Amino acid sequence: MTVAVAVNRSVFKARPDVSEPALPLSAQLAVSDFELFGVPVQFAQDRAQLDARWKDLQREAHPDKFASQGAAAQRVAMQWSVRINEAYQRLKDPMRRAAYLCELGGAPIQSENNTAMPAAFLMQQMEWREAMDEAADVAALEALHDDVQQAHITALQQCAQLIDTAHDLPAAAQQVRRLMFIEKFLRDVEARIDHLDAS
Amino acid sequence: MALLQISEPGQAPDPHQRRIAVGIDLGTTHSLVAAMRNGVAECLPDGEGHVILPSAVRYLENDGRQIGRAALAAQAQDPQNTLVSVKRFMGRAVADIANRDQLPYVLVDKPGMLAIQTRVGEKSPVEVSAEILATLRFRAEDTFNDDLYGAVITVPAYFDDAQRQATKDAAQLAGINVLRLINEPTAAAIAYGLDQASEGVYAVYDLGGGTFDISILRLTRGVFEVLATGGDSALGGDDYDRALVDWVQAQTGCAITTPADKSNVLVAARACKEALSAAGSATFDVTLSSGTLSHTVTRTEFEAATAALTQRTLSAVRKALRDAKLSKDDIQGVVMVGGSTRMPHVQQAVADLLGCAPLNNLNPDEVVALGAAIQANQLAGNNPDGELLLLDVIPLSLGIETMGGLVERIVPRNQTIPTAMAQDFTTYQDGQTALALHVVQGERDMVADCRSLARFELRGIPPMAAGAARIRVTFTVDADGMVSVSAVEQLSGVAANITVKPSYGLSDDQIAAMLQDSFKTAEQDIKARALVEARVDADRMWLATQSALQADGDLLSAEDRARIDGLMAATLDAKKLEDAAAIEAITEALAKGTEAFAAQRMNRGIQHALAGQNIENI
Repeated sequence: MTVAVAVNRSVFKARPDVSEPALPLSAQLAVSDFELFGVPVQFAQDRAQLDARWKDLQREAHPDKFASQGAAAQRVAMQWSVRINEAYQRLKDPMRRAAYLCELGGAPIQSENNTAMPAAFLMQQMEWREAMDEAADVAALEALHDDVQQAHITALQQCAQLIDTAHDLPAAAQQVRRLMFIEKFLRDVEARIDHLDAS
Repeated sequence: MALLQISEPGQAPDPHQRRIAVGIDLGTTHSLVAAMRNGVAECLPDGEGHVILPSAVRYLENDGRQIGRAALAAQAQDPQNTLVSVKRFMGRAVADIANRDQLPYVLVDKPGMLAIQTRVGEKSPVEVSAEILATLRFRAEDTFNDDLYGAVITVPAYFDDAQRQATKDAAQLAGINVLRLINEPTAAAIAYGLDQASEGVYAVYDLGGGTFDISILRLTRGVFEVLATGGDSALGGDDYDRALVDWVQAQTGCAITTPADKSNVLVAARACKEALSAAGSATFDVTLSSGTLSHTVTRTEFEAATAALTQRTLSAVRKALRDAKLSKDDIQGVVMVGGSTRMPHVQQAVADLLGCAPLNNLNPDEVVALGAAIQANQLAGNNPDGELLLLDVIPLSLGIETMGGLVERIVPRNQTIPTAMAQDFTTYQDGQTALALHVVQGERDMVADCRSLARFELRGIPPMAAGAARIRVTFTVDADGMVSVSAVEQLSGVAANITVKPSYGLSDDQIAAMLQDSFKTAEQDIKARALVEARVDADRMWLATQSALQADGDLLSAEDRARIDGLMAATLDAKKLEDAAAIEAITEALAKGTEAFAAQRMNRGIQHALAGQNIENI
């Protein structure tokens, strides 16, 4: 018996950033997130509409609605509710939505195989890392967080343009890989803030 | 969906009969039961008019026991057999318990969970909690003069899987059908939101006797969406009492030696703390084995002695705000829950941090039970037009141990439940046919710093080269926040077997033994109860199917309809049997046989939700 080994992801994880649906899906459950939510297949989305649609769908499908209706109804409700939550998580998160659109359009992200980044972006990354290591307090980290957040917004805007206007999905996929780096770094900064704040 | 008239009266319970469903707040220091009466949620009083049941159980000679006030009154004379604050021990090992040398109890490590040594033997926290739950169940049944259909039981939002499972086990021991476990701050939000018809983003700051929760929720038209939750499942009023004891001891040098001393100083500290909420100073009066002690404590001194505890809650509030990606300006109000929020300096600290006056116009002791009662009433089907929808989150991340004792996170914290997420793993030796998986919960990177939930062995993997197997590990979190894990080898299609060994929580055998034990003393027959429960379940399933057929029977072909009618008739007949297992098997056949129908109905529901929407763009 050996301990579990996290797989060499480049081989085994097709979509390392996106956890996969896990319950067996009926044909109706297997439609795309966009179709499930009844919204156009595009990057630009109205967040208020997504939120409202999510709640409408959960009103129909949530297991609480079937609490007094037996085990069969509970199991089906659980499957649907999980699927609706999964779609909502992916649709409301701009980076994941962009990645999903790239994959639907035949330009998978393949973040583990394809780590090539422009030199300027790598330099920027190194500068941010140094700034994080040097930040002595929560205020300094929050200022850095704001800077990186700005870069995040810019990258998202480019993604929107590439997907919805230029229809250049390979270029959008490159932009998504960049966003993945930025978000990973933002999470590291947040973890550092949590750590400083709690100590 | 409305329950509809049944065609053959006398063969099934009257569907118009209201189901007795209650909300139970199983608290560290006290517990309550509430129910909807005449359209309003109310806490139910005992025979003497008290709604609060102190969470205290005293074990007497000859298998007798005292629960609640009577137990508390005997605490000073019988500290080791009077168990209080056992909620802090739920799902925990001895090593998990902080300040255990200050407790008057003898704690014993047992498989799955610690036990407390009493004069009648070792008692699991689950058994002690079951005594409290059963007392509340009987109170509800006496109030309505009817059997309980089910209960919503509240747990701290920050409870991990082991603590939630322990709570469910306690309910099972007490013979309670758990409709749902819901989080205490969410329950409080329901009571507040529906009471005040509030909309917007609210924080719920819940400082109880032994646990602290902070939840940030968005309220819109009956939907309670939890945006983030955080807290500390071992931080509460008890810790303020202990900090005060430490301070008094440092000031006076008094000796606290015997179990009675340990128990008495905590009681004295609590009284002094409560007095300080109303007055600028109070005396700490206690009788110790070495003599009596009377020491004056000012509010300022108490605040200084406990400032670090209050700060810990504030840093959890800030973290929850960051997790919700909100600033304090986004918070419209903060609801104060739990008796410990009566301390003026806690109120002040929260108001200062969030920049808004705390909402405390509902009784902070009762608000959780009231919210749970509202949810219970809806889950039982008594309020078919209810708009209430809870979209709660999992408080702590879930992951798997990987090489080097690191955690590979699979479900991040603050995911809306129910949820299911999967990740693929592989073997690292040629011909490896088994894999050990260790499931953990927590935010730290090292396994040793997280809570161990279960160990799995995946066996029967066909021999392959190292790294060739593709084992998908799936975490499923249900609407109660309970976790289940499955693992399947993908490439071979071979269904591998899994054995689960929970690192925490009680095994089914342990629960069965406790059930046997409780029935011995309660002079009831376990078989009789199993039979009653099987018949009730059969009734529930029959009624649910009946109402589903009334609503959506048109979806079925004549053939399917005939098959389901047959299964329903068999279920009605089965109720006459005297064998619980046989009744259960027939009920399960009905459940299985209606699964496809349930899926069809759900599709119709989803179509309904999307109906009228613009679908041209799909």
